[in-house]
Amino acid sequence: MRSRWAACALATAAAFTATASDWASVPGGPFKSALRYEDAPAGTEVADFKLMQAPVTNGEYLEFVRAHPEWRRGRAPIALAEARYLSHWEHDLAPGPKAAREQPVTWVSWFAANAYCESQRARLPTWQEWEYVAAADETRRDARADPAWRERILGWYARPSTEALPAVGQGPPNAFGVKDVHGLVWEWVDDASALLVSGDDREQGSADRRQFCGAGALAMDDRDNYAILMRVAMLSSLGAADATGNLGFRCARSLP
Amino acid sequence: MNLRLLALAALIACTAGPAPVVRAGATQSLPPDSVYHVEASLAAASGQALEWRALRGKPRVVAMFYASCRAVCPMIVESARAVQRSLSEAERGRVGFVLISMDPRRDNPAALAKLQTERHLDPASWLLLQPGERDVRALAAVLGVRYRELADGEFNHTTTLVLLDAEGRVLARTENVGAAGDKAFSDAVRAAATGRQAP
Repeated sequence: MRSRWAACALATAAAFTATASDWASVPGGPFKSALRYEDAPAGTEVADFKLMQAPVTNGEYLEFVRAHPEWRRGRAPIALAEARYLSHWEHDLAPGPKAAREQPVTWVSWFAANAYCESQRARLPTWQEWEYVAAADETRRDARADPAWRERILGWYARPSTEALPAVGQGPPNAFGVKDVHGLVWEWVDDASALLVSGDDREQGSADRRQFCGAGALAMDDRDNYAILMRVAMLSSLGAADATGNLGFRCARSLP
Repeated sequence: MNLRLLALAALIACTAGPAPVVRAGATQSLPPDSVYHVEASLAAASGQALEWRALRGKPRVVAMFYASCRAVCPMIVESARAVQRSLSEAERGRVGFVLISMDPRRDNPAALAKLQTERHLDPASWLLLQPGERDVRALAAVLGVRYRELADGEFNHTTTLVLLDAEGRVLARTENVGAAGDKAFSDAVRAAATGRQAP
């Protein structure tokens, strides 16, 4: 009994000092995606929402699988999380040295990310919310037109992915108060399966089009925005049970 | 979550003992690759509420569609019906056909019942379902259907028929919903209906 109380005291203290699950209030506004939406060529309106300031960490995810045993490695059904789910953790309840507490959790499927956010009474951000926040630098809400900003982001994509992931929240927040949007991990979005992008842009309007009901697949409106292009290509190539070593997530909340 | 609330919640959880395990148990006997592991609530055209996993028990051909669609969706229904026609009378009774709306805001049971009548989809073998709004994405995800709602209320989506066995394992799928149909898929459905392995 005493040890349980000690553990609880620790957990409570951790709750007071946790930083990663702090939320940024993101004011909405008009937004023009780097993707070409034929149905909304002038752009759309993003509503106000809340977004976790940093991606979910191994430490936070460990608390989740403790409370929800059905999401532990080896228990989560393969239909919802592929065989490599949390494969970098040493044990299903002990991430070990290769998955430090403060590192972003990776090797998680869309279903798993979704379940985590539900447990926080939240949801995954939509692609549009993510792209909206990802357009910012430290001072501007939309820095996308600045070539220097683009270069900086591309510098991260050029870095070898064999290096260990840094802890979350190390860099400065962007103009929305959100950290690690670029430069740490790739992130699941709620509507990842809405990114109906042909793998090869040259196919637009031809063979692949037949696969879709209604308007054709999405195309890139801003071909110079490689950072966004790569995210979209990656997300559109994944199934919802897939997991990768550099794909994590953070949660969002709609405002009432 | 507000940090103080989180701390409070942690304290309460500790005093009250371990938090109850959410939703565990009910699906434990399902095979690990069953699509019925997804938790989703739906309403049938009859108005009856049901859980997604309640569809377990017989092979089913499942597709996603939306009732107001004028282009490919009628073809989805037609090709599912063509699959059904290719079965013998006895086989037909052993396979269920399920159409899940990706537009639950408009496709309520009344709208689905109207479509069911208009298109002569026998309620004995056809289930038209309205998922909860938060459940559509997960159902689409587990069935491998990609979709996006457009500004004008139409949907852009992949067209897929999925054959599930009685336990919810994917036996076959086809994106070929054209007039010619997909013989390999129909053969797989017949095999599932007769309990044989697909050739």
